[in-house]
Amino acid sequence: MKALCWQGVNELSVERVPDPEILNAQDAIVRVIATTTCGSDLHLLGGYIPAMRAGDVIGHEFLGEVVEVGPEVRRHKVGDRVVVCSIIGCGRCWQCQHDMWSLCENSNPKSGLTDELWGGSTAGIFGYSHAMGGFRGSHAEYARVPFVDYGAFSVPDGVDDISAMFTSDSAPTGWMGADLGGVKPGDVVAVWGCGAVGQMAARAAMLLGAERVIAIDRFPERLAMTSRHVGAEVIDYTTTDVTAELRERTGGRGPDVCIEAVGMEAHSPGVEYRFEKAKQQLRIELDRPFAVREAIFACRKGGSVFILGVFAGAVDKFPLGAMMNKGLTVRGAQQHGHRYIPMLLDRVARGELVTSYLATHEMSLDDAPLGYDLFKNKKDGCVRAVFRPGM
Amino acid sequence: MKRVVIGAATLAGAGVAMARWLASRHRPPTPVKDPQEHTRWLGVTINRQPEDISRQGRLPQPLAGLDVEVRMNKAPGDRGTELYARPREPMPIGAAAVMARLRGDDPRQMVRKALREAKCIIETGELLEPDRPFATTRPTIPGRVLDVAIGRAPGEGRL
Ligand SMILES: NC(=O)c1ccc[n+]([C@@H]2O[C@H](COP(=O)([O-])OP(=O)(O)OC[C@H]3O[C@@H](n4cnc5c(N)ncnc54)[C@H](O)[C@@H]3O)[C@@H](O)[C@H]2O)c1
Ligand SMILES: [Zn+2]
Ligand SMILES: [Zn+2]
Repeated sequence: MKALCWQGVNELSVERVPDPEILNAQDAIVRVIATTTCGSDLHLLGGYIPAMRAGDVIGHEFLGEVVEVGPEVRRHKVGDRVVVCSIIGCGRCWQCQHDMWSLCENSNPKSGLTDELWGGSTAGIFGYSHAMGGFRGSHAEYARVPFVDYGAFSVPDGVDDISAMFTSDSAPTGWMGADLGGVKPGDVVAVWGCGAVGQMAARAAMLLGAERVIAIDRFPERLAMTSRHVGAEVIDYTTTDVTAELRERTGGRGPDVCIEAVGMEAHSPGVEYRFEKAKQQLRIELDRPFAVREAIFACRKGGSVFILGVFAGAVDKFPLGAMMNKGLTVRGAQQHGHRYIPMLLDRVARGELVTSYLATHEMSLDDAPLGYDLFKNKKDGCVRAVFRPGM
Repeated sequence: MKRVVIGAATLAGAGVAMARWLASRHRPPTPVKDPQEHTRWLGVTINRQPEDISRQGRLPQPLAGLDVEVRMNKAPGDRGTELYARPREPMPIGAAAVMARLRGDDPRQMVRKALREAKCIIETGELLEPDRPFATTRPTIPGRVLDVAIGRAPGEGRL
């Protein structure tokens, strides 16, 4: 089959690779119908998540059709149209049973790698390096889906492929930020980053009753999209002092909940950008946490900060004093998709949650390297490039 | 097929990055070298009752195949059962220890791996197989550094 392979820092190619096979009785093989780029892939592409081997297949947000099931599969059959959660969860360990699926204790066969680094590992994730299990990604004609009874969700008939596909990763990630960030009716919520994840977080905050939602980015087309499709207020951080603006918009308090949807490659208009980027490239610091710092500083006293952006290691100048003295709650996680996907599919079916507009570009799998060029370099207004292996 | 380069390859070299990242795993967060390093019990918590873990006093697979001491107790609250094991044979020392860890047959690595596997089998009914690398994967230096780390991963970590 054809698949998009990581070949080295900033190098991708479409290759012929062997078809996946059922390796466990609870596996299924899914024919990929639609699969999309994610900000997380940019961290692999940039070499910031280094446990990649040349030739690894990337991609993790996808929808497809079940074409083969292992003998122990109970809830799915050949022909089902399913959205597959980007995170792999066994459904039976203590973490899965407590709805913390990205902490699954049985789905990452290489957990020792990150166990040593972080004192605890994450679940397996499709196409997301050997640190997250070394599973092949979804930018391919077929994908092997372990524990498919738990990780694949049948799509209701009235919901189109693209709308459903975003409930695999970006929509549940955004929802988790608002939900576990503790958004309540009447809250003011600020979201850093207007990629698909930030936009979905802003929309989730509204649906959970936030009175005002303010989204922050620098790309005019992303800001315009967030204001049009999500209905959020927006701030351009390159022309505005974000913390001053947030104070002025909130009676001096600051937002009740701050959601960071930017991650380890954050950009900053200040001089520190070049300095921290250099430190990161020399591996003195693993991540650039500009938006996290700003969120902690801006947050109202006693408020909460949720970190959705992916980080891999240590950061400098973490504002621990602000966090401690202001009584903040700071949390983060890889997404617990299984917890939210059925509810999100319902909301998409009812028209409460619109996701399809995120797919700014659609193309065949052969053009995937071009899609990543558009997405990485934010060319042509690209928010998500969707690949259709059947095209 | 044709490889496409997206933006500049700006890192000091992916090989260096990989080695640094992997090396950073071994920086312990405590200043004390654990004096009990070789004798500590290695433990996993299994989301099942003790009677589901050892039937008629038999050890779960693959732990049963190792020369180990084992103990088990109910975990606090709803957390299931704590299963502990440690090798009976004396630990290799010096160069033999380094070689054993690199080969992945250091006794404590083997116990960690067996505990993780026993947990997966008891909780899910089978051992999850990782995807297999395919022949078209290009051999590279960072890839080789990573291969060594991956080979050892099932036996490493914090247990
Ligand atoms: N927790 C999870 O499970 C999970 C799941 C999916 C994605 N993610 C992570 O979420 C992050 C965002 O993903 P995405 O797909 O939306 O990526 P994206 O690249 O499309 O969007 C990131 C946005 O952040 C903006 N940004 C950069 N610096 C900023 C700053 N200082 N302040 C405000 N905005 C800034 C960029 O302009 C860009 O629009 C990534 O780090 C990704 O890895 C996490
Ligand atoms: Zn993602
Ligand atoms: Zn689990």
